[in-house]
Amino acid sequence: MSKTLLIADDEPNIVISVEYLMKREGFEVLVAGDGEEALAKIRQHRPDIVLLDVMMPKMNGFDVCQEVRADPTLSGVRILMLTAKGRDTEVAKGLALGADVYMTKPFSTRELVEKVRQLVGQ
Amino acid sequence: MTLAPLLAVVALLYLGLLFAVAWWADRRADQQRSVIANPTVYALSMAVYCTTWTFYGSVGRAAGSGVGFLPIYLGPTLVMALGWFLLLKMIRSAKANRITSIADFIASRYGKSQLLGGLATVIAVVGVVPYISLQLKAVSGSLGILLQQPAALLPRHDAAQPFFADSTFYIALILAAFTVLFGTRHLDATERHEGMVAAVALESVVKLVAFSAAGLFVTYGLYDGFGDIFQRAQAVERLRVLAGSLAAGQGYATWFSLTLLAALAMLFLPRQFQVAVVENVNESHLKRAIWLFPLYLLLINVFVLPITLGGLLRFSGQGVDADTFVLTLPVAAHQDALALLVFIGGLSAATGMVIVETIALSTMVCNDLVMPLLLRWTGLAQGGARDLSGLLLAIRRGAILAILLLGYLYFRLAGEAYALVGIGLISFAAVAQFAPAMIGGLYWRGGTRDGALAGLSAGFLVWGYTLLLPSFAKSGWLPASFLTDGPFALGLLRPQQLFGLTGLDEISHSLFWSLCANLGAYVVVSLRRPPTAVEAGQARLFVDALKLSRPVGVALWRGRADSGELQTLVGRFLGPERARAAFAGYARRHGVADPATLEADADLVHFAESQLAGAIGSASARAVVASVAQEEPLSPAEVMEILDEASQLRRYSRELERKSQQLEAATHQLTAANARLQELDRLKDDFMSSVTHELRTPLTSIRALSEILRDDPDIPPPERQRFHTIIVGETERLTRLVNQTLDLAKIESGNAEWHTTEIDLKQLVAQSAEATGQLFRDKEVALSLELPERVPPLLADRDRLIQVMLNLLSNAAKFVGRGGKVTVRLAETPEGLRVDVADNGKGIAPEEQQLIFERFRQGGGMTDKPAGTGLGLPISRHIIEHFGGRLWVESVPGAGATFSFVLPRAAVGQ
Amino acid sequence: MQGSILRGPRLVALFLAGCLLFNYPVLALFDRPVELFGLPLLFVYLFAAWFGLIALMAWIIERRRD
Repeated sequence: MSKTLLIADDEPNIVISVEYLMKREGFEVLVAGDGEEALAKIRQHRPDIVLLDVMMPKMNGFDVCQEVRADPTLSGVRILMLTAKGRDTEVAKGLALGADVYMTKPFSTRELVEKVRQLVGQ
Repeated sequence: MTLAPLLAVVALLYLGLLFAVAWWADRRADQQRSVIANPTVYALSMAVYCTTWTFYGSVGRAAGSGVGFLPIYLGPTLVMALGWFLLLKMIRSAKANRITSIADFIASRYGKSQLLGGLATVIAVVGVVPYISLQLKAVSGSLGILLQQPAALLPRHDAAQPFFADSTFYIALILAAFTVLFGTRHLDATERHEGMVAAVALESVVKLVAFSAAGLFVTYGLYDGFGDIFQRAQAVERLRVLAGSLAAGQGYATWFSLTLLAALAMLFLPRQFQVAVVENVNESHLKRAIWLFPLYLLLINVFVLPITLGGLLRFSGQGVDADTFVLTLPVAAHQDALALLVFIGGLSAATGMVIVETIALSTMVCNDLVMPLLLRWTGLAQGGARDLSGLLLAIRRGAILAILLLGYLYFRLAGEAYALVGIGLISFAAVAQFAPAMIGGLYWRGGTRDGALAGLSAGFLVWGYTLLLPSFAKSGWLPASFLTDGPFALGLLRPQQLFGLTGLDEISHSLFWSLCANLGAYVVVSLRRPPTAVEAGQARLFVDALKLSRPVGVALWRGRADSGELQTLVGRFLGPERARAAFAGYARRHGVADPATLEADADLVHFAESQLAGAIGSASARAVVASVAQEEPLSPAEVMEILDEASQLRRYSRELERKSQQLEAATHQLTAANARLQELDRLKDDFMSSVTHELRTPLTSIRALSEILRDDPDIPPPERQRFHTIIVGETERLTRLVNQTLDLAKIESGNAEWHTTEIDLKQLVAQSAEATGQLFRDKEVALSLELPERVPPLLADRDRLIQVMLNLLSNAAKFVGRGGKVTVRLAETPEGLRVDVADNGKGIAPEEQQLIFERFRQGGGMTDKPAGTGLGLPISRHIIEHFGGRLWVESVPGAGATFSFVLPRAAVGQ
Repeated sequence: MQGSILRGPRLVALFLAGCLLFNYPVLALFDRPVELFGLPLLFVYLFAAWFGLIALMAWIIERRRD
């Protein structure tokens, strides 16, 4: 059974590249263009893993992460935060809110694939 | 003669009442609840100016010269207008230097000179003795009238009567005893007499009430008001002139010189100096005295002319002395109670004057005449540990008695030759001699001890020659030819026509010559040499009295002393108990537990000297202290250096104060600037963070897609092609972002280049529309232009304005959506040329309408995000504002948005 | 001892005015056989001017602020 993966990002071109990568890895890929849509899709589809951008319209990635972690039924969802804000405080905040992995943009595709594999392999 | 005991009892009861008041006030003072710390009491005590000379004598003078008695009161009124400067300065410098009398003041001002203090004392005593004799004469005269009523004649004094049978002699003795009780019960370091001041203030009320009662009785009792008296006087030729004209007096010259004389007397009479300066508790009391004292003078003079005219009408041809009208009119009308009240009023006037005057004089005699001589001849200061405070009191008591006896002597010798006013004016002219040394000393640094000595001596001699000796001659004590032919028959030296000067009355004549001699000698001798060190130092203390916050005298002493010896010394003059208390207080203030361990520095020596100055005068105090402290003399250069240092210190401290204020202001500014900088720093951080974010986003796509293309050779060609297109697009976006960021940074920092030329906005709008035409056609958006025929030219940067237009047009194209409509309008408004770019898209929410002009704040809900950098609108707004215009947006959500800008017609690049 | 900085100059001006009012030649203007309210003009003038002067002095010195 293939694993489900949600890409939450408002940058269409990033979505295109990540979607291509993850489909090649065999994931069933869902896409969300803003935070609210992402949360709705997480609740609906319970993806195995979410690639979550921080700077999104309507609801930012931190809030989405917090909501997910506050919901015990979603405890199985792995969260990988992807953001262009690479400051240490942002990283710490993301991890504190319950993200499993934190990666800064631009990322290495190989590294991203590796992290995603690790997360779903756990 | 049953009246005599009654009068004696009433008079003694009244004196007893005064003494009770004084005793009560002294007690209150000891309890720190002073009754005289009150501006009204201060003003009333100044009314000691009004003696029997006013009480009885004003009427006498009015009988001779009509309104000619008024200058005696107008002069002080005018002086009080200047009191704010003159009296305040005298009070300040007197307090700062612990001055106890006018002689002390002059001595201290000119280098604490004992010789000068002595001379001033002699002048004061000789000058004022006639004035005291006048009081004796008035009291004995009024007594005589009451005892011999209803004859109502001033008793002719019988010169052959031996003094022990003369009631005046006993009056003098009683007054002396009374003054001793008032003034010398104990020795005060500041020489202030609260009880005396309280009694004098009360007496001022009594004499005003008594005189007004007499005036009211004469005006409204004997006659039918002011109008009636003056009307009746009109009927008599002599009285008509008297009532309504100056011609009755000696003319305007006399008027002027009397005004001047009274003005000077008001300042320099020893008793006035005593109440106004020495007894001043709080210099703010001066405020009320400045108007209340002149008001008192006015009130006590309102009835003078009615009484005069009433008396002259009533006693016409009876030979009644006009000096007695105040009393004889009630007596003649058998108003016994009123007569008694008037007698008490006259007694008040006399006792007030005698008490204050003799106390002031005795202080001078003791401090500036006897002490210096005793110190010189007997070496009193070194004489063991004897307590000298008793001796001091004894000297003062002796001086009081001696002065009153001198007054009696003058009364016997010359009293009959003059009316009251005449005698008073002789005294006035004497104390006027203090004016050059006093006023010069307060305002001129150059006055020297020698100058003051010369001036005072010259003035005093001329006064004696032109006024005092003639008063003796008139009484027969000197040959009459002295007046008529001059000494040794030298006509030019006739004392009342000196050097042939005629046409002036004797007072004006004397005043003119004596003040000429006085002022001339003072100035000329002062200018012979520069002031010595001590003189210059003291001059500074007096001339700058209003500027100095603290006496600089301390710094002007250098030498060695012993604190124990100093305390012993002070104890000898003040009593050991008070000295101990004073030194303990000093030690406490300086944080030293045991006075014996005090370091005898300049400060302590100065303290000891000022304690002594209160008791024995500044000149004697200096001499006494010098006997136990080895002073190393300072050269004039050193003194000037110290004074300069002191004034430099003051300057520095002022400077410091100013600097610290500036510093505080600067700190404020710095705090504000720092807050602004921090804010800017935060903004910069935000900006950098935003820029980073905006840069990383396209980089992310580029990197990811490039790596995919690199790592996966099996991508189908269409996909490959799509990825390549995205990479190119993102690269372009990056380039734009970098360019616009730099552009914005340049504009914001003011480093942008502006090429201002004259431009036709209509042409520019049309050109921009054409340039973006393809964009609109691609998106199937209808673009329409509404342009006027022609618009006035503008001064602006052509390329920059095109940049703005392209930004607005491409934004419109981006947001309006397929099938939309964009209209560009150009119009002339009062504000300038206005361009609207209106679309019929979904509009912008109100809360976003401001945000979109901030950096990296793009409108929400975009479909092709990579096209925008988030910097277009901020840059556009900067450009428009640079040319003095404004750029804004109006939008109704759902009905489209209109971006507009206005450029002023005369817009010129900066 | 606080007060208007004009207090000093005002008092000096008043002093000078007083010197003028109470001396020749202004005095001579009123020194004539004319009656006012049944009183000699000079008498009325002297007391009125004197009182006016005192009132002004009181006003200048006692007023609290400008």
